[in-house]
Amino acid sequence: MKDDHQGAPRTVPIQSATFSNPTNAEIRRAAATGIYDIRGGGSKRKVPHFDDLLFLGASISRYPLEGYREKCDTKVVLGTRFAKKPIELDIPVTIAGMSFGALSGPAKEALGRGATLAGTSTTTGDGGMTEEERGHSNKLVYQLLPSRYGMNPDDLRRCDAIEVVVGQGAKPGGGGMLLGQKISDRVAEMRNLPKGIDQRSACRHPDWTGPDDLEIKILELREITNWEKPIYVKVGGTRPYYDTTLAVKAGADVVVLDGMQGGTAATQDVFIEHVGMPILACIREAVRALEDQGLHREVQLIVSGGIRGGADTAKALAMGADAVAIGTAALIALGDNDPRWESEYNALGTTAGAYDDWHEGRDPAGITTQDSELMKRFDPVAGGRHLNNYLKVMTLEAQTIARACGKNHLHNLEPEDLCALTMEAAAMAKIPLAGTDWYPGKPGTGF
Amino acid sequence: MQTFDLEAQGLRDLNTTLQAQSKETNQTKWEIVNAKGSHAIAVGLDAPIEVNVMGSTGYYCAGMNKQATVRVHGSAGPGVAENMMSGTVIIEGDASQYAGATAHGGTLVIKGNASSRCGISMKGIDIIVHGNIGHMSAFMAQSGNMVVCGDAGDALGDSLYEARLFVRGSVKSLGADCIEKEMRPEHIEILKDLLERGECDAKPEEFKRYGSARKLYNFNIDNAY
Repeated sequence: MKDDHQGAPRTVPIQSATFSNPTNAEIRRAAATGIYDIRGGGSKRKVPHFDDLLFLGASISRYPLEGYREKCDTKVVLGTRFAKKPIELDIPVTIAGMSFGALSGPAKEALGRGATLAGTSTTTGDGGMTEEERGHSNKLVYQLLPSRYGMNPDDLRRCDAIEVVVGQGAKPGGGGMLLGQKISDRVAEMRNLPKGIDQRSACRHPDWTGPDDLEIKILELREITNWEKPIYVKVGGTRPYYDTTLAVKAGADVVVLDGMQGGTAATQDVFIEHVGMPILACIREAVRALEDQGLHREVQLIVSGGIRGGADTAKALAMGADAVAIGTAALIALGDNDPRWESEYNALGTTAGAYDDWHEGRDPAGITTQDSELMKRFDPVAGGRHLNNYLKVMTLEAQTIARACGKNHLHNLEPEDLCALTMEAAAMAKIPLAGTDWYPGKPGTGF
Repeated sequence: MQTFDLEAQGLRDLNTTLQAQSKETNQTKWEIVNAKGSHAIAVGLDAPIEVNVMGSTGYYCAGMNKQATVRVHGSAGPGVAENMMSGTVIIEGDASQYAGATAHGGTLVIKGNASSRCGISMKGIDIIVHGNIGHMSAFMAQSGNMVVCGDAGDALGDSLYEARLFVRGSVKSLGADCIEKEMRPEHIEILKDLLERGECDAKPEEFKRYGSARKLYNFNIDNAY
C-alpha cells in the first residue's frame, strides 16, 4: 500500500507530563506486585528550595568585608536556655540523626571522626548509641525516639545533648521500618528483638501523648541528667509555627525543624513525596513562633532537609536559623552513591546518584549496610577526612557570602540580605521578590 | 532510715541526693515524705537502695531505674518505671497509663489496677498487676513478661513481638497478631516465680497465656490492614 504521508512532516510523539515514564513504570510495578514502594533517601521531586533565593551582596548602601582576610565568626552555642552545659560548636553545621542499623558501625565512626575534626556534633538515631560514634564524636547528641531502641540512662548521661524526636521531615507522622535483612546479631541485640525480623519504629512516643506530657518528660530527662544537657525537640516541617510554639512551651532548649527534603532510611515513597512541607516554607514561621515568645536566639533553631552547601547554610541562617543539620549530604560526602561503584549500582537495577534502596542492606559503598563484606569496602578514617573537608567547604562558602553582605558572624545574616527569584519562594520564605520590596502575603499590602 | 521531705527540700535535691548513692553507701533506706503527686520522683537511680515514697506520685516516678527498690505507698501517675533497666518498683495502689513503658529489665509490681498502655513497648521488664489493665497494653511489647490477675482491656498485645502475657481474667479484645497460646509446664514455672516476686497469691493454673502469632514479623502485603 502506498504511504500518502511519505516524506511529509509527522506529528512528534509527546510524552504525557501527567503520565510520564517514571509514573507509568510505577503503575506497572504496583500492578505487578501489589505492594507500595519502600525506599530510603528524601524527596526527589523538585520543590521550592534555597536555590530560589539569592543574596544581595553589599555595594554602597551596605559595606562588605574583605573576602579572604577579615574575620567572620562561625561559632554557635546551643542550649543556652536551661542547660548547665550548653554545646559550643565551631561551625553552624551539624550531623543529623542517622541510626546504627540503617548505617554500618564504620559509617557511624566516620561521621564522628569528620564532625570532630570540623568541630561540630553528630547525632545517634534509632538504634541506640554505638561505641564507634561515642568514641569518635567529640560532641554527641543522643536521640530519644518513639521506639526507644537501645535507650538507657547510662548513655543518656554520657551524651552531650538529648534530642527528643517527635517527627522528621521525610515522614512527619510516620514511623519507620528496618527490614529484617539488615538485622544482624548486633543490631538485634541492641534493639531487644530477634535477628532477621522487621523492626518497626512507632510513629508516636509510648509514654506521652501531647505537649503537656512532653513538658513533664523533659523535666524527667533533666532530672536524670542533672540539668546539664541541652534538650532538643525535633519536629517534621508541617505546622512549624504551632509545633515550634509547643516545643518551646514544653521546655526545649533547641528546636530542630526538618523539611520534606530530609532523608530517611526507609519508608513509603508515597509518604516521602507527599507528606510534609519544603524547609523553605518552614523557617520563617518557626522564627516567628520564637519571636512571638521573645525567645528567638535564646531557644536555638536548627533546620535541616536538603541542605547541600554553604549557600543553603547561609540562607537558612539569614532566615533566622542558628544552625543547620545535614544527613543525606553527609552520606554522599562519605562516599555513598559514588560513581566508582556504578557497575554494582547497575547490577542492582539503578545508577550511582539514584540508589535509594538503603533498607535492603546491599549498599555497594558499604555505608548503609550491615553486610560484613560490604562494610569492609568503607574506610572510616578516609570517610571522616572527606566529611571534614566537606564541612570546611560549606563553612568557607557561607563565610564568603556573609562577608560580601558585610557580616562578621554568620549569625548576623538577616532576611534583608536575601531576595526571591520566584513568587512561590517569595511567599513561602517571606522574602521580597527580586527587584521589589514585596512578597505575596506581606501584611498591609492587600494580598 | 533517711527521711527526705520533698516539699521542704525540693525535687532537684531529692534526685541529686539519691543519684549520688553508690553500691557502697550505708544510707540504704530512704523515706520520701510529702510526695503530693510530684513528677519525676526518684528518677535515674543507680544503686541498690530502698526508697519508700509515702503518698501518691505524679508522672515518671522511678523512671529509668537501675538497681534500686522503689515502693510507692499510694498510687502512681503516668509512666511509672518507664524505661527501667533493673531493680524493683512496687506500687501499693493503682498506676496510671504507660506503666513500665519501654522498660528493659527489672520488676514492676502494681497492687491495684493499671490504666491504658501498661507495658507499652516493653523490652525485657517483668510486670505483675494484681488488678486490671486498660486498653492498648503491651502494644509492640518486645520481650519480658506481663502478668495480669484481673481483666485486660481492648487491643491487648497489639503488634506484639516476643513478650509473654499472662491474664487470669477476661480480655476485652486482642490486638493485631496477638493470640492465645498453650500454657505449657515451663510457663507455669515462669508464672509461679513472677507471682511470688509480685507478692501475689494467685494460682498459675488460673491464667491464660497470650503471645505473638509472628505473622507481622516480616513485611508482606498480606499483613496490611
